[in-house]
Amino acid sequence: MSRAEPVRQAPRYVAEIDDAGLGAVDAVRVSDRKSNLWLDAWRDLRKQWMFWAAATIIALAIVVAIFPGLFTQTPPNNDCFLQNSNAGPAPGHPLGFTKQGCDIYSRVIHGTSTSLSVGVIVTLLTAFMGIVLGAFAGYFGGWLDSVLMRIGDIFFAIPYILAAVVIMSMFLNDRNILIISLAIGFFSWPSTARILRSEVLRVKQSDYVMASEALGLSRVRTMFAHVLPNAIAPVIIVSTVGMAAAIAAEATLSFLGVGLPNNVYMSWGNDISQAQVDLRTNPMALVYPSIALSVTVLAFIMLGEVVRDALDPRARAVR
Amino acid sequence: MSGQPTDHLENHMLWYIGRRILQAIPVFLGTTLLIYAMVFALPGDPALAMFGDKTPTESQLAAIHEKYHLDQPFLIRYFIYLGDVLQGNLGDTFRGQPVNDILARTFPTTLRLALLAVLIELILGVLVGLIAGLRKNGVFDYASMLVSLVLISMPVFVIAFVAQWFLGLQFGWFSPTVGKGAPWEDLILPAIVLAALNFAYVVRLTRASVIETSQQDFVRVAYGKGLPARRVIPVHILRNSLIPVTTNLAADFGILIVGATVTEGIFNVPGVGNELFHAINRHDAPEIVSIVTVLVLIYVGVNLLIDLLYGVLDPRIRYVKS
Repeated sequence: MSRAEPVRQAPRYVAEIDDAGLGAVDAVRVSDRKSNLWLDAWRDLRKQWMFWAAATIIALAIVVAIFPGLFTQTPPNNDCFLQNSNAGPAPGHPLGFTKQGCDIYSRVIHGTSTSLSVGVIVTLLTAFMGIVLGAFAGYFGGWLDSVLMRIGDIFFAIPYILAAVVIMSMFLNDRNILIISLAIGFFSWPSTARILRSEVLRVKQSDYVMASEALGLSRVRTMFAHVLPNAIAPVIIVSTVGMAAAIAAEATLSFLGVGLPNNVYMSWGNDISQAQVDLRTNPMALVYPSIALSVTVLAFIMLGEVVRDALDPRARAVR
Repeated sequence: MSGQPTDHLENHMLWYIGRRILQAIPVFLGTTLLIYAMVFALPGDPALAMFGDKTPTESQLAAIHEKYHLDQPFLIRYFIYLGDVLQGNLGDTFRGQPVNDILARTFPTTLRLALLAVLIELILGVLVGLIAGLRKNGVFDYASMLVSLVLISMPVFVIAFVAQWFLGLQFGWFSPTVGKGAPWEDLILPAIVLAALNFAYVVRLTRASVIETSQQDFVRVAYGKGLPARRVIPVHILRNSLIPVTTNLAADFGILIVGATVTEGIFNVPGVGNELFHAINRHDAPEIVSIVTVLVLIYVGVNLLIDLLYGVLDPRIRYVKS
């Protein structure tokens, strides 16, 4: 969508002083502290309460995911007694019990690692595929661009949860974290690729890219050394939000019954699905995993918001 | 492209429509191929996968192989399937019911639900976004941002349960489940849940674009020549702010499809989503695939329609590369 109109210029033979930008060059003081996008973003971020709130929740979630033993000694799955079915809180079991008589608190704690693992794998997969395909499409252009973007259109045209439903219903007996992550990630890369492609198209016009090519760097090296680092910021923003989406997607698939097997993995989506039949008698079995899920998703969405504001000055304009 | 200036404009529009429809054909072929490949090209015997956790007998397996032409090469099978889809024959469920019948029975309900949801989300979303954008950084703005953040964070089934619990069971304002025949008043609660999914995005887009439009010169001119706010806001600001909201309807629709599956399952709305929800629970792979195919084709079609609408609304779009 180029709206640039050709500017009519009279031919001239001596550059005007402003074209050379001498004034601008003189204005830069060498002694000034160096500034870059990431440092500026960090200075901006650390002033925001929302960033610290999100970072605290995420840090806590990571600790819980890696060391669930620090928070509970009750096994989530093996210590369930039917006489505790839907019972309220008891000493050592602060949140009460599920229908199967399992400790809700322990299940919520142990579900964290499932959610975060799926989130991380999906995000890495999506970012990797999106970056590679988007960068090649944008930087090399031509037929490669057309082919890659048309393939992207096809993947983009299938809502990724629906695609994951089909893939997961083909894997009934050997579902695991890797398979569900692949099922979600395999269809969510086109948006990352599109964003990176348009950013690469913009960065490609820069003088330093031309300089790098003029100095004899190969196109692939120019792409990795100069184009990608300057085009990556929007990918970081969408990846943060994408992490939230992936966690929600895993829970949704587990809720629908095409997620992880309930007896092997603790998954908040599974627990919510199991608890829905007793919504009237034991709503707490549904409430706690829902809170854990929503708060985790909220943290990544808040992080995405503040990171976007910090990295994208245009977003700040409408704030 | 010749003739009078008016012809010229219409030509552009025709070009745009033609190009966009041509672009949709590979997407249509690609999506059907992709879904088909997901079922029949994954490792393992697809006939076995269709039986889910049940073990088929030899003759049942042979019948499935025969029915889905599993002895033919993959591409041939795909074209047989594509031919069936193009003729409007979507195959049978695992229990032998034609998927066409199921869709014919359930589709009208889903359509009503989606219509209600889109109405709620657009009216409320645009209204809230407009007020928030006009009073940028005010109390209302912050409150609406906070609410939208919370709504975005809650997966659809959590919103559904919260709504069912509070609005349906505790306060008793709405019927918590949908009765026979799905009367309109029973559909309100599931429609609110569905609308909540996209409400936040509509609010944010409207707000951002209202803020951007308010700073445009033509708005200043409108105020400068003495027009009252009650004319400038709807005619100059709102109309120009709605274009991004319209484009985003396509993405909204994708969320709506997935959301409808969960919402209809929870509220027991007798729609397509509910059918998919139960097919998933029964491990009825043929039905899942048929319904997903139909939903994806509808999604592609709606995307196409919205793009065409966008071309009508925003003349700049039509002129790209023509």
